[in-house]
Amino acid sequence: MNPTRRRLLVGSAATAAAAMLGGCDQLVQNDSVSRVLDGAEDLNRRIQRLLMSDQALAREFTEADISPVFKPNGTFHPTGEAYAALLDNKFADWRLAVEGKVTKPLNLSLDDLKSLPARTQITRHDCVEGWSAIGKWTGVPLGTILKAAEIGPDARYVVFHCADELEETADGSGRYYESIDLVDAFHPQTILAYSLNGEDLPVANGAPLRLRVERQLGYKHAKYLMRIEVVDSFAGIGFGRGGFWEDRGYEWYAGI
Amino acid sequence: MFNFKPRPARPAAADTKSDANAGAPRKTFIYRHPLLVRLTHWANVLCLLVLLLSGLQIFNAHPALYWGQYGADSDPAFIAIGARRDGDSIRGETRIGSVTLPTTGFLGASRVNGELTARAFPSWLTIPSYQDLATGRRWHFFFAWAFVLNGLAYLIYGLLSGHFRRKLVPRADELTPSHFAHEIADHARLRFPKGENARNYNTLQKLAYLAVIFVLLPLTLATGLTMSPAMNAAWPWLLDVFGGRQSARTLHFISASLIVAFVFVHVAMVLLSGVWNNLRLMVTGRYAIDAERTP
Repeated sequence: MNPTRRRLLVGSAATAAAAMLGGCDQLVQNDSVSRVLDGAEDLNRRIQRLLMSDQALAREFTEADISPVFKPNGTFHPTGEAYAALLDNKFADWRLAVEGKVTKPLNLSLDDLKSLPARTQITRHDCVEGWSAIGKWTGVPLGTILKAAEIGPDARYVVFHCADELEETADGSGRYYESIDLVDAFHPQTILAYSLNGEDLPVANGAPLRLRVERQLGYKHAKYLMRIEVVDSFAGIGFGRGGFWEDRGYEWYAGI
Repeated sequence: MFNFKPRPARPAAADTKSDANAGAPRKTFIYRHPLLVRLTHWANVLCLLVLLLSGLQIFNAHPALYWGQYGADSDPAFIAIGARRDGDSIRGETRIGSVTLPTTGFLGASRVNGELTARAFPSWLTIPSYQDLATGRRWHFFFAWAFVLNGLAYLIYGLLSGHFRRKLVPRADELTPSHFAHEIADHARLRFPKGENARNYNTLQKLAYLAVIFVLLPLTLATGLTMSPAMNAAWPWLLDVFGGRQSARTLHFISASLIVAFVFVHVAMVLLSGVWNNLRLMVTGRYAIDAERTP
């Protein structure tokens, strides 16, 4: 290759690279590009649901596999006097409300939940950031609660309202919430956990009660549960995308 | 769907140019790559580029690699990229095993709009350029699907048309030690096949392509899927094959790095063995070889 040609080639490659980098961010922020890319989430959910039965279990591990430290993430300690008062009283005054499209709304204390048949599972928690931790969870299958509350025929999703505000806002729009559909809600490993590694759930990990939905990423596992709402749509909840992180651009289906 | 019949190489005389130009080497054009191979090649270039850059965005969210089923901040990482405070500034560091390397400017700490900022891979290597895990994931998964569908089209074509059998599988006589020694010596001297020998891939080339197509790319895909909690429920054996989710994440990073290494060598070979001829080949399908001397 002669030097002029080489200079031309290197020069145009550098220009193209610079243009591409600048162009990438513009493409990223383009609405129609985002809409096309969003199609992958739907494809992921459909194909993954096709590949696994509704009852297919996440891997369960042995005591020897448990992480020495179960890394907490998101909120480590909810702010506000209401939560502080509940914590002071060791959650004796805490109640879990179950409402929405149910025939029999419930109001359950921690003792009520602990008196129900429990499930214990040693599972891996996968954060969307990439790390994993293995812990032993004990709790009540969510299906037990939903059956007791008798969900209506128009029920489609279960929404979990939390005590923590992950983003401090004046209007409360930074309060954590999450949602799953009925396939995951009635999955045998989907439990409302009150114990981690044989101890009461620590505050950093979601005391007094958190969700475990083992076939999805960590942000779906809502902590500090206060209220479970059965709905037919997310409209009017948060920014309407089904969860705190979903409202901030993350996928509602977090199986991958 | 495809035309599986291999097109015959065009008759040498019809495409031979510069007949009048006595003394110049006579070129013969052969038709080497059908449209589907060329289209899937360039689609693959785009997919792998976006997958790499969005993958580094995802990596930046937790720039440490572990081995086994679990791994988080308090567990031993054998590769970690981070930033350390140094007076008023920061220093970028990359730790591999017990060796810590200063990588300020590239890994751990690099300039964003002129200001030294803590981030594992620099902004010019991530999509988007700023920290945004959610967007990185959307791009990664969309282009992962495009990569899979494009790869399937290529694989089905390659198997049914005989493309793999005819062009990529080495002949028995190519796998002898003396042949290898000869080819390695030629490569080392940057001496590339000429004339009739340039009609087909050389053996090192065949093996490199086979390794990428049937080992490296599928390995990257499989280790990527192993990181998905739903895929673990669907196909639990994935965890056993790769020794856990965090091992799979590490292998995903390593296999992606090997793809990058392959691309560097591949592009170097393209540049060294006749860039315009190679580019013409991958655009039009036609490849020029020096015509055999006729009496």
